[in-house]
Amino acid sequence: MKYEHELTRGRIKHRRAVEIVAKIAMIGSTTLVVGSLLAIIGAIIWKSLPALKLSMITQSPKGGYYLGKEGGILNAIVGSLYLGLGATALALVFSLPVVLYLNLYTKKKSRFAGLTRFAFDVLWGIPSIVYGAFGFVLMMAVGLRASLLAGIITVALLELPIMSRAIDEVMVLVPRELKEASFALGATRLETAFKVVVRQCMPGILTAVLIAFGRGIGDAASVLFTAGFTDRIPTSLFQPAATLPLAIFFQLGTPFPEVQQRAYASAAVLTLLILLISIASRLLIRKLTKHVIK
Amino acid sequence: MRLFKDQAAGKLMFLLALFPSFLVLAIIFGLFQKSRAILAIRSVGRLLFSSGWHPLKGEFGLLPFITGTLWVTFVALVIAIPISLFTAIYLSEYAPRYVRDLAKPIIDLLAGLPSVVFGVWGIMVIVPFVGNVLAPLFGVYSSGYSILAGGIVLAIMIFPTIIHVSLEVFASIPFALRETSLSLGATQWETVHHVVLRKGAQGVMAASILGLSRAFGETMAVLMVVGNVPMVPKSLFSPGYPLPALIANNYGEMMSVPLYDSALMLAALVLLIVVLAASVFGRWILIKAEKRAE
Repeated sequence: MKYEHELTRGRIKHRRAVEIVAKIAMIGSTTLVVGSLLAIIGAIIWKSLPALKLSMITQSPKGGYYLGKEGGILNAIVGSLYLGLGATALALVFSLPVVLYLNLYTKKKSRFAGLTRFAFDVLWGIPSIVYGAFGFVLMMAVGLRASLLAGIITVALLELPIMSRAIDEVMVLVPRELKEASFALGATRLETAFKVVVRQCMPGILTAVLIAFGRGIGDAASVLFTAGFTDRIPTSLFQPAATLPLAIFFQLGTPFPEVQQRAYASAAVLTLLILLISIASRLLIRKLTKHVIK
Repeated sequence: MRLFKDQAAGKLMFLLALFPSFLVLAIIFGLFQKSRAILAIRSVGRLLFSSGWHPLKGEFGLLPFITGTLWVTFVALVIAIPISLFTAIYLSEYAPRYVRDLAKPIIDLLAGLPSVVFGVWGIMVIVPFVGNVLAPLFGVYSSGYSILAGGIVLAIMIFPTIIHVSLEVFASIPFALRETSLSLGATQWETVHHVVLRKGAQGVMAASILGLSRAFGETMAVLMVVGNVPMVPKSLFSPGYPLPALIANNYGEMMSVPLYDSALMLAALVLLIVVLAASVFGRWILIKAEKRAE
């Protein structure tokens, strides 16, 4: 009798120990994941402080910039913004109608809708370097040189699945009653789409746009072949454009410590830009939700 | 008139909705077209499994790059899967609400950081760490630019993917199941182990596969820390040269050497096919698991 009692107690002790070990492992892992973000941002800003000057973001590279002379990365910042804005606009023009179509025009268990969603999933998984290679093939096929336009098209292709999936996620959640109320008032599907569903999903659409924009300006592998690189700010769609990620990459590739310092500073600029976008999207969502019917 | 507009818009949107599926095929076809030049001369087996990479002599063996990719991906998965799983379990089963609300945006932000930033951080922190701390610990010499450094950076990059999908999977498991287990006297960890993980096993598997496909194609961050030596890597501490890095590094000279561009496009095609297979397989498991849950 006593023996059995001991055994149970031993087992409970063991189970409690396992529980504690598991909990430590979990909290440790979570801390590691969260900590790695803080470590990345912290280290990059810390390292970049010595090189972070105002001239970095207000000037284009002057002669001998990559040897450590004067100048800044304005060309890359502007190039990235042009590229990001163009690509995001293009992606939105394509993805919004497609997602609206999937949600309003197709039946609930439609095969076509399933296939299209699956295609988005697949596209989402394709690495950006493959988009870059494909963009390059496309460029060759139509006889375009590395230019802002080619970069915009390639990045738009890359952003398309990201944006569509994010919009679709919120649009699926629009209550059926809301759509039915609109139909019952005699509105067509098109009117319902743009006057009811889009307005209802506005915060979600905006988040999707900003996520895609962040991806667009941050991606390097897709613009490597297609947008080219230059020290000047592009003035037309057919000129090559510098981009921030590539500017970072090239500066880091030089053997001069001063220029490498600037790569760190450029990375800090890019990181801050991404942080800003993410904070802005959170604020905007809060502001826009007032039009949403719950 | 309104009805006509509705119809016309419907047709137009349908055409646009064909685009994603078409794009998947176009990318495969485009890359295949370009790599046909080299496939016509060499057999697939020789291209994929020979390790001689001498473009100037017309030897294009992709083996070093394929093994490089596999190694880096493998290391990344070994590190990322347990940590992400523990984190996902903690956030879904244990964490108080405010921790969850705090951790989620941070994980989103980690997913949004550009890969160049990961690369810069890798050079700043991980490469010296591997070269100066880990390698001497194991009694080997390493510059730090190695498979291991690539794997670590990559692991951090795929945390968000695995955590996200796992969280979704765990959220879909009915609460009643957990409560039953707890009411039978199981500890919380036992509930997780025997109920949540078992029920969500397929989903977790899918999450890992999606993480794998993400890791497989990642270019810039890995390229910056992995060393880029075209040899079959011998150990974790030796440098490697993954496929995406090969494509990204050589775009400049590929037009001047015969068949070079074709070989690179073949590399992109190989990458695409593996990623496609992985993401289709992963999605398929997810869809099947969802159906079973219903």
